[in-house]
Amino acid sequence: MKGSVISVLVVLVVLDRLASGLEHRSYDYTKYHPMDEISTWMNQMERENPDVVSSMVYGQTYEKRNITLLKIGFKNTTPKKAVWMDCGIHAREWIAPAFCQYFVKEILGSYKTDANVNTLFKNLDFYITPVLNIDGYIYSWRDNTTRLWRKSRTAGTETCRCFGTDLNRNFPAYWGMVGISRNCCSDVYNGPTAVSEPETKAVTDFLGAHQNEMLCYLTIHSPSQMILVPYGVPNISAPNYDELMEVGLAAAKAISAVHGKSYKVGTPPDVLYATSGSSRDFARFIGIPYSFGLELRDKEKYHFILPENQIQPSCEEAYRGAMSIINYIHDKNFKSAAVSQTVDNCDCLMDLECKCDDFKPLY
Amino acid sequence: MASTGDLEPTHYPARRAATVALHYLNTHHGSPFRVFGLQQVHKASAEDVAAGGRKYKLDFSVTDWASGSEGPALRCSADVLFPQTERHSGPEVQLRCEALQQINRTAQEEHAFYQRYISPDSAVSARDIPDSYGNVSEEMQPFWRLARVAASFIMLRESSERTEFNMAQVASVAQQGSSEEQLMLEFVVLLHDFPSQEIIQWKLLASWSPDRGVRVLQTEWQPRCPHATKPPN
Repeated sequence: MKGSVISVLVVLVVLDRLASGLEHRSYDYTKYHPMDEISTWMNQMERENPDVVSSMVYGQTYEKRNITLLKIGFKNTTPKKAVWMDCGIHAREWIAPAFCQYFVKEILGSYKTDANVNTLFKNLDFYITPVLNIDGYIYSWRDNTTRLWRKSRTAGTETCRCFGTDLNRNFPAYWGMVGISRNCCSDVYNGPTAVSEPETKAVTDFLGAHQNEMLCYLTIHSPSQMILVPYGVPNISAPNYDELMEVGLAAAKAISAVHGKSYKVGTPPDVLYATSGSSRDFARFIGIPYSFGLELRDKEKYHFILPENQIQPSCEEAYRGAMSIINYIHDKNFKSAAVSQTVDNCDCLMDLECKCDDFKPLY
Repeated sequence: MASTGDLEPTHYPARRAATVALHYLNTHHGSPFRVFGLQQVHKASAEDVAAGGRKYKLDFSVTDWASGSEGPALRCSADVLFPQTERHSGPEVQLRCEALQQINRTAQEEHAFYQRYISPDSAVSARDIPDSYGNVSEEMQPFWRLARVAASFIMLRESSERTEFNMAQVASVAQQGSSEEQLMLEFVVLLHDFPSQEIIQWKLLASWSPDRGVRVLQTEWQPRCPHATKPPN
């Protein structure tokens, strides 16, 4: 009797050790993860880094799932300037959520030891949404016939019975003008109206509420290896187009230095195709000065279905590209030097508290 | 929107025309061991032609999938004519690539592959290449490349200035009985068009041998199971 009690106790202890071992087992950033694993990972990131990570639910998907972001940076009583990154607006672009997870891992793993990341954590908050189109992403994991799904999973109606809206045509920025279809079965169906989709509304609400803090909007897609700058509509230029191109080209150079991959930089009407209602355009439209769409690997060979052995190198180069952009923006806003510099639509001396925030952007 | 005169090589009108030339190149020179990818467009121009339609002149480089986009590049020049007709008719391509004839390094592999699968009891069949995680088994690599070459016939034929086709995935491959010493393969391929973002499914019957190269005998557009109807249950 005593022997079997001891055996039971031993088994229980071993099981307990196993359970905590599973919890702390390394997350594999070189594999694609289904949504439940990503959610567990997000909880883990928050739990393991309470000083710098907090999660926020900022909306719900059509199928009523919480849309969650990780807010990362040294905690501050007053709101800090911020950088936004979202991944997975399009379900089939699996490398994008993989990159968001990699990015989080990198900054959390280096902020204590890397002076540059440490400074970013001091001055900025990162708002990172690893999967925005959760319903679509889950659907793309369902079976072999759903892998190439793109849109959300909004149900069809009596008049048009296909599922889904292309979230990246649903934003209120020149909505419906070009590069869309009014047929709900189309992969570029832009929704019955602008912001008709709850996923879109989650983002527009959040960005609207944090407009004054948001310095940078990054949205991650694939494939085609490009850095896209606003606007998607032809003949409409962002006032800081030249600067955006400069920053984009510098980022492409940083990317190419890692593994030699070339990324094109330009507006969609130039390098890709004309579009309207994109999240990148919306961000710029409401005055977030730096807005970029990153299209990751590859180009023709694997297209959407990038092999897992390319996750690591893709993320490494994209990380350098994103950091190039973020550091430029950070240095422009936080470098303390008595240099007069035009920031957006006002002049200010960088060693005095810039009064530019008092002005609403002209555009 | 018509782009005429010198074109920016990194912009999409030049790239779309170069992609058409690339499809043409693959139909003529692709094999189970050779598929070309577009590396870079160097120069491009376009002009309207008398009969209607637009003609592009291109100077571009391609690389073999096997050696990757950083591998040795082949320099090509092409004229691509997109005709202006009531009903769609495919573009016309004239293509010259340097040193194409000298590329013979895959002959051995091609013959070994041919010998392996030409036997009467060979009945290869497979689905989802690559699989959802991007894996392509060693054995399936040549079939994947063959599908891409065969798909190039369709992509070439269906192209216009408003399309940009790639092959996203091979849904299935099923070997048919050999005929006239040709490997006969039935493919279902999923093509992706960039501007519309659509996935377009085509079933096709292709033949191949080292001597005759790839021929496409039948093609059939397949409407995809619409996500319109609610699931049966």
